[in-house]
Amino acid sequence: MKWNGWGYSDSKFLYNKKGQAEFTGKRYRLSGMIIPGLREWMESTFGANLQHKTPAAPILNSSAVQPPTLNEAFLKELKSTGIPFSHDAEDRVFRSHGKAEKSLLMSTKQSSMFFADCHNDVVKIVELACKHNVCLMPYGGGTSVSSALECPPEETRSIVSLDTSQMLNESGYCTGHEPDSMEFSSLGGWVATRASGMKKNIYGNIEDLVVHIKMVTPQGVIEKSCQGPRMSTGPDVHHFIMGSEGTLGVVTEVTMKIRPMPEYQKYGSVVFPNFEMGVACLREVARQRCAPASIRLMDNEQFKFGHALKPQVSSIFTSFLDGLKKFYITKFKGFDPNRLCVATLLFEGDREKVLQHEKQVYDIAAKFGGLAAGEDNGQRGYMLTFVIAYLRDLGMDYYVIGESFETSVPWDRVLDICRNVKARIVRECKDKGVQFPPLSTCRVTQTYDAGACVYFYFAFNYRGLSDPVHVYEQVEHAAREEILANGGSLSHHHGVGKLRKEWMRETISSVGMGMLKSVKDYVDPNNIFGNRNLL
Amino acid sequence: QNNLALYPRHLDEEEFTDILEERRRTTDLGYALRTFNPQPYKGAPSGSTSDLKKAVLESQYLRYIAKEIALETGSSVEKVRQEARGILEEMSHNLQLGFIRLMGYTVSKVFKRLFRSIYVNMEGLNMLQQAIQESPVILMPNHRSYVDFLIVSFILFTYDIPIPVIAAGIPLASMKVVGEILRRSGAFFIRRAIGSDKLYWAVLSEYVRTIVRTGCAPLEFYVEGFRSRTLKSVVPKLGMMDMVLEPYFKGEVFDITLVPISISYDRVVEESLLALELLGVPKPKESTTGLFKASRVLQEDYGCMHVNFGRPLSVRQLCEGKINRSEYNLIPRDLPQRPSTEIQDCVNWLAHLIVRTQEEGSLISPWSLMACLLLQAPITTLTEEGLQWHGLTEKTLWLRKLVLDFRGCLNWPDSDVMSSTVALHHSIVHHKAGRVYLVQDGDPASQDPLSPEEGVMRTAAAVLMLVSYRNQALHVFVRPGILATAIHITKSTQKDELFSFFCFLRDVFSNEFIFIPGRASQDFDEACSLLQKCGAVHMSQQEVTVLETGLEVLSFLQKLLQPFLDSYQLIFRYLCENGAHVFTEKQFLPAVQNLATKLILSGDLHTFEVLSSDTQKNVLAALRRLEAVTKLRASQQNEYKVNKAAVRRTGDILCKIICDIPVKIKLLFCVRLENFVLFFTLLYLKMIRLQLFTTPA
Repeated sequence: MKWNGWGYSDSKFLYNKKGQAEFTGKRYRLSGMIIPGLREWMESTFGANLQHKTPAAPILNSSAVQPPTLNEAFLKELKSTGIPFSHDAEDRVFRSHGKAEKSLLMSTKQSSMFFADCHNDVVKIVELACKHNVCLMPYGGGTSVSSALECPPEETRSIVSLDTSQMLNESGYCTGHEPDSMEFSSLGGWVATRASGMKKNIYGNIEDLVVHIKMVTPQGVIEKSCQGPRMSTGPDVHHFIMGSEGTLGVVTEVTMKIRPMPEYQKYGSVVFPNFEMGVACLREVARQRCAPASIRLMDNEQFKFGHALKPQVSSIFTSFLDGLKKFYITKFKGFDPNRLCVATLLFEGDREKVLQHEKQVYDIAAKFGGLAAGEDNGQRGYMLTFVIAYLRDLGMDYYVIGESFETSVPWDRVLDICRNVKARIVRECKDKGVQFPPLSTCRVTQTYDAGACVYFYFAFNYRGLSDPVHVYEQVEHAAREEILANGGSLSHHHGVGKLRKEWMRETISSVGMGMLKSVKDYVDPNNIFGNRNLL
Repeated sequence: QNNLALYPRHLDEEEFTDILEERRRTTDLGYALRTFNPQPYKGAPSGSTSDLKKAVLESQYLRYIAKEIALETGSSVEKVRQEARGILEEMSHNLQLGFIRLMGYTVSKVFKRLFRSIYVNMEGLNMLQQAIQESPVILMPNHRSYVDFLIVSFILFTYDIPIPVIAAGIPLASMKVVGEILRRSGAFFIRRAIGSDKLYWAVLSEYVRTIVRTGCAPLEFYVEGFRSRTLKSVVPKLGMMDMVLEPYFKGEVFDITLVPISISYDRVVEESLLALELLGVPKPKESTTGLFKASRVLQEDYGCMHVNFGRPLSVRQLCEGKINRSEYNLIPRDLPQRPSTEIQDCVNWLAHLIVRTQEEGSLISPWSLMACLLLQAPITTLTEEGLQWHGLTEKTLWLRKLVLDFRGCLNWPDSDVMSSTVALHHSIVHHKAGRVYLVQDGDPASQDPLSPEEGVMRTAAAVLMLVSYRNQALHVFVRPGILATAIHITKSTQKDELFSFFCFLRDVFSNEFIFIPGRASQDFDEACSLLQKCGAVHMSQQEVTVLETGLEVLSFLQKLLQPFLDSYQLIFRYLCENGAHVFTEKQFLPAVQNLATKLILSGDLHTFEVLSSDTQKNVLAALRRLEAVTKLRASQQNEYKVNKAAVRRTGDILCKIICDIPVKIKLLFCVRLENFVLFFTLLYLKMIRLQLFTTPA
């Protein structure tokens, strides 16, 4: 795994000697392929140029990292328990950031790293941390994008990071929970952040999947006495744990529902003449409660991006077919290539039902001017989700920084929030002196009865800016203000971390803050779990 | 906070282009039939006007309101919706390119006849052209003459910019043929006095919001609400402004662009009609035959017209930090929701800002400056002895310099300014043997000698014409003028004392002049810096000292505002001495006029402006705002109640004071309570001592 980028060390985008984009490694469907359109897309979208390269520092210099603040007594006692740990600089840096942009550029204050193996290990570590007043920060999979894993600058105690990512065994069962980060994130992390998965339409979000949770807190262990499917025993204590973002304790054991592996899977895609029609279709699908395992609607910019990521075609026949499709959609059907957008679909279940379901969804789509656009486009759309994070690293090599963020919003505001937030990003970039027009795009990734989850991506070429990270933060901040002003939520599933803390009070009201605060005060009065997320 | 930065840059004469010049060179037919291919708003739908109507009728909002009304009145929803359809038919525009061409042809013919030139600032037009593509645009011209109703459409047609839809009063629609032509040129019609007609409000607001939300055409409306009879800016009306801005507040559009447009005339076509109307001669009903009768006005020369397109203002930018749009997050946006006071204040502030910006962009003609000076001469000098021509031109040049010092926009032609100006306004003054006289209407050799009262009215008609031209320049002088008045009355040099009095006057006169709410201290600072700039006063940290060299400026400014002080004072007096607690507007206006006429004849009153119904209405509005007078809700005939009863409600103590103290103080009492606490001591002492409100013996 990379410490200074996303994902596996062998998988990355690069420009080969011919100047063509290529994705290395063997892990993904795109691996080892040439992507001829990417370079042109990057150049035309960002004004990025192969000549202007900013290599990321490949080797971590341990002298550049702050020396750890060690608590000798705590360490000594812990060593006797035999739990593996590390002071290694690379480990520490690795564990002190998630995947939010600015954390790639920061150092760490952490002193030690412990690798916990089982519930009892965690209990021992937490007990000793309380005894020696050491700050604990659970790590999980390290895929946070809300600065949740950053060490609070005001913390003076010795900070110890607790890596629980080794605890999830390969179970072989299907939980159906598939967040985009699933290759790297941990079960405890999902619970602690109220995660959401791609196939939530069938399996539900984490709060629907969890049956039982065990968490180690400074006050002791919290868990329920049985595994009943639903209880009316006051407010559900699981809801104090889910979304607590490591401020209350360490989730050590989770019981989740499991489902048989689906017999049949089918991708699909629909092209709409414009985004408005697409949203109307998704809303209708939600109204009829017939959403497939996943349904996502990309806007025009993202459609073009997806197009740029098409790998080199192997035969003349395929390229002829592509040309024919394009002709049919733009010329025969009269879709404007600068307005059309595409929805990707994933159906799961037994074969017959899937086919039936598929027909129902395509029929609805047809009412909104949608044309079926094939399995291949759909599949590529989902693959995109997994490789998009790698692409960010390629962008960074060429003065492009970018990020994504999410929100959830009632149906009647989906179009407005998409338009306004994208426009706000463009305007803010311009106002802050960004020299090139930014990429500002969105997609609707989840549907609910009462609304949708919307994902925004923005990226810009920062050549000519003296403090790109600051500009970047300002734009992101403005975009979030715009989301809130347009009736969007603070977060659908990324969580609050430290990045979005400032808006918590207006989001849940002062009384709501007081409720959360009093739970924290009771469970962890000495702030042992001192990552200062959320509140 | 410094909004002055938002005002358009002061434009030099050079930047204006005469659009009639081109029209005089090529044929009007060719002009009307040329290709018209404007760049519309990027998000605009390609729908027709019937699509717009359908969208309004089918809207969730209108459905909801229709259900509510049906429930309240007991009639069926279908019936209410039918009624809504009828309202919409009566209201909606039917913009058609063919009629735009017809309009272009006719308007070009008429304007070439009326005006020597129509100057337009090209920079403003270019900015507008850009802005129209970016977001929905609201064109907000001032309204000084019927002539300007189609001027903006005419200019936009000429420069290939999308034609606006225009909010107009319903009387225009009832004109035969012309009403329909206007409708097809983009006018939509709004009833006057909508009152509490819920369905009408609902249809109107949904119609306006839909236009803005979809950006199908730029929307043009007069934020002042109606044509200013006095050529002075009118305190903005907020109803339309609310509707126009709501799509931004509710996040239905990313931004809205407001474009203030200042239209200034050398000479206004309906000048004499306006004066008569203000004196109570009823306004002729808008009718097609009336229009033809008015065609004799086509024979006259009306000089030049300036249309100054202001810099496009982003509502988003202006509202930043002022409002929190998330208040609309908890109710579906197509249901009605009363905006918070925060939002209402913001709308009010924006509306005032626009009118101020219109003022800043208006061009001041030499004639306006002359009118200022003529009105400061005693009336007998004007009517009988005549004013020295030489002295007048000297002083006008002096005033020109003052206007430049005060950053006003001047329209100063190069050659032979003074005499050509007087020649253009031969209907008001004439120049004979080195002296200038006021022209009074009617035949002096008439058999029936006029009664003294009729004589007053006759002079008043002429004076009020002068007054309206003076009003065109007033906005430049108001702030320093109020400071000069404060200095004159208080005789104080203490800055904080002057500031208190400045605020008091600003408050009392805020129906008369445009003050942006919440900017009292900026206004004061502006007044101070302008007076300092022209060398009238010296400023230190605490004090404002009058300089010897500044006496002329200060006296000019103080005299400029004196008619307003006199008029207000007289009406206050009338209200308190008149025994009735309840009066109607119909009783009030002639009664004040009678009293004023008497006092003018006896030589106790030196201004004719109090005879103007506009002044009277402004005083009434000011008193209502200050809660000294209340309007009776149930009454159909605009009945008002002097606040004695309301005061009684609030407490005996106050009532006692009101009854016990002399009239002049009584009035000051009615001024808001919090102000009272602040100003009482100051005012009581100063007013008595300086006899601002002298009780007649």
